[in-house]
Amino acid sequence: MIDPLDAVAAVGRGTIGAVRATGAVALFGAAGLSHLVRPPFYGRMFLQAFIEFSYFSLPVVALTAVFSGAVIALQSFTGFSRFGAESAIAGIVVLSVVRELGPVLAGLMVAGRVGAAMAAELGTMRVTDQIDALGTLSTNPMKYLVAPRLLAGLIAVPLLVIVADVLGVAGGFLVSTVKLGFNPSGYLTSTFQILTTTDVVAGLAKAAAFGFLIALMGCYHGYNSKGGAQGVGSATTSAVVAASILILAFDYVLTELFFAR
Amino acid sequence: MSDPKIRVRGLTKAFGAKTVLDGIDLDVAAGTSMVVIGGSGSGKSVLLKCILGLIEPDAGSIEIDGRDVLRLPRQEREQVNARIGMLFQAGALFDSLTVWENVAFGLLAQHKAARAEARERAGTILAQVGLDPSVGDLSPAELSGGMQKRVGLARAIASQPDILFFDEPTTGLDPIMGAVIDGLIVDCVKRLGSTAIAITHDMASATRIGDRAAMLFRGKLVWQGQAADLLHSGNSMVDQFTHGRREGPIQMELRR
Ligand SMILES: Nc1ncnc2c1ncn2[C@@H]1O[C@H](COP(=O)(O)OP(=O)(O)OP(=O)(O)O)[C@@H](O)[C@H]1O
Ligand SMILES: [Mg+2]
Repeated sequence: MIDPLDAVAAVGRGTIGAVRATGAVALFGAAGLSHLVRPPFYGRMFLQAFIEFSYFSLPVVALTAVFSGAVIALQSFTGFSRFGAESAIAGIVVLSVVRELGPVLAGLMVAGRVGAAMAAELGTMRVTDQIDALGTLSTNPMKYLVAPRLLAGLIAVPLLVIVADVLGVAGGFLVSTVKLGFNPSGYLTSTFQILTTTDVVAGLAKAAAFGFLIALMGCYHGYNSKGGAQGVGSATTSAVVAASILILAFDYVLTELFFAR
Repeated sequence: MSDPKIRVRGLTKAFGAKTVLDGIDLDVAAGTSMVVIGGSGSGKSVLLKCILGLIEPDAGSIEIDGRDVLRLPRQEREQVNARIGMLFQAGALFDSLTVWENVAFGLLAQHKAARAEARERAGTILAQVGLDPSVGDLSPAELSGGMQKRVGLARAIASQPDILFFDEPTTGLDPIMGAVIDGLIVDCVKRLGSTAIAITHDMASATRIGDRAAMLFRGKLVWQGQAADLLHSGNSMVDQFTHGRREGPIQMELRR
């Protein structure tokens, strides 16, 4: 016999666990951010994290963007051609890339690359006492390790998404003009006619939120990892999985905020 | 007699159901070295980490220069910690930085020196622990275990702290290198006039480094005395430990 109260208790336990974890992450993030407004600042650490986030993520984000722009052009052409609505393709490509695919795909790619690397690096530093050692050398580890990474994510991912947006539109443009035989200048004109400032701002706001979440998950799971190589491995996995889920969830919330009227 | 530099009273720490420290009382007089011996897993590293504020104890008090550091606000606590140097058991060198940046880390963090000057200082300190200043350009991963210990030592003494902690400075080294490191530790402590706590399993090392010694067993300090008396302390547990006997009051819990 299963006692129905057991089920209730299990749900309760799960909820308490989730609330507690959310609270811990929120406190961690707030502590990290609070160090951004109090000196000393570690410009060198910020620069390192920024370059890791932006420059080294460029190739993978660029490829993702080009191909997704191209595939959207192709897909919408097969769907629309029968109704003679080819001109709508430019709009579909630019809106889906700028509003959704640019930030989300770049976010997921960066979560896999940078979020994982962050969790592994901080996790290794934790289990080899390097984080403790910072404390004995007059350096606050939250300020030195976490704050610069949070800021780097917040700033670098929007910049990355600007590049992704341009390349995504370019991918759609290439397929439309070279393969589908559209007029290039007509395609570009409709692209810019349809795109509004809100679309761009919303896309970049999403990107900033995703960048912050990626850094937060990487830092939180790495910083709190324990138990040797295995612990570092599971911290890395958790960081990527949590960041990916949060990106998709926040994407929904932010879309609701910006576009649902 | 003046107040001790470090005074620990009733220090207790449990991880889950497991009590690791069970009411530790320990005094270390200024300018002296205390050696703590004890079996693997007896809580020696936890003791040091409690004093450093890296692990929060469940009960007890820790006074440094007469101030209870467990009840200090965070900023003052950080100021106290800035005067403590620590050589970690596994080195804990920053592997993303070069050797000289490791050694000069505290100087740079406290803005005691500009980068060029810090680099110079790092070279001098490396020389003090018997390493060529050119080692400064290598990364910690390129060093042997003995060299890593020396770099860890150099990093710990770089900002001339008045308290030094050494967690098993010679474990895993050959006997000659062990003696060399011991010599360096004694030199550093003498030169800086620091107060030191050293953890070790190595009796030769304990008598070389320590003025006084204490033995940790089952969460309690079961013996304290002069380090020179370690090998003929008259305490049966210390005797068993220092002479490495299988039979005695300490029974290893082996599962079969
Ligand atoms: N952060 C922690 N969480 C849970 N248990 C811990 C933690 N740190 C230490 N312990 C436990 O406390 C006990 C004492 O550990 P400690 O590292 O102090 O041993 P030690 O005396 O330094 O041993 P060794 O000589 O092998 O270094 C061990 O049983 C260890 O499992
Ligand atoms: Mg230890």
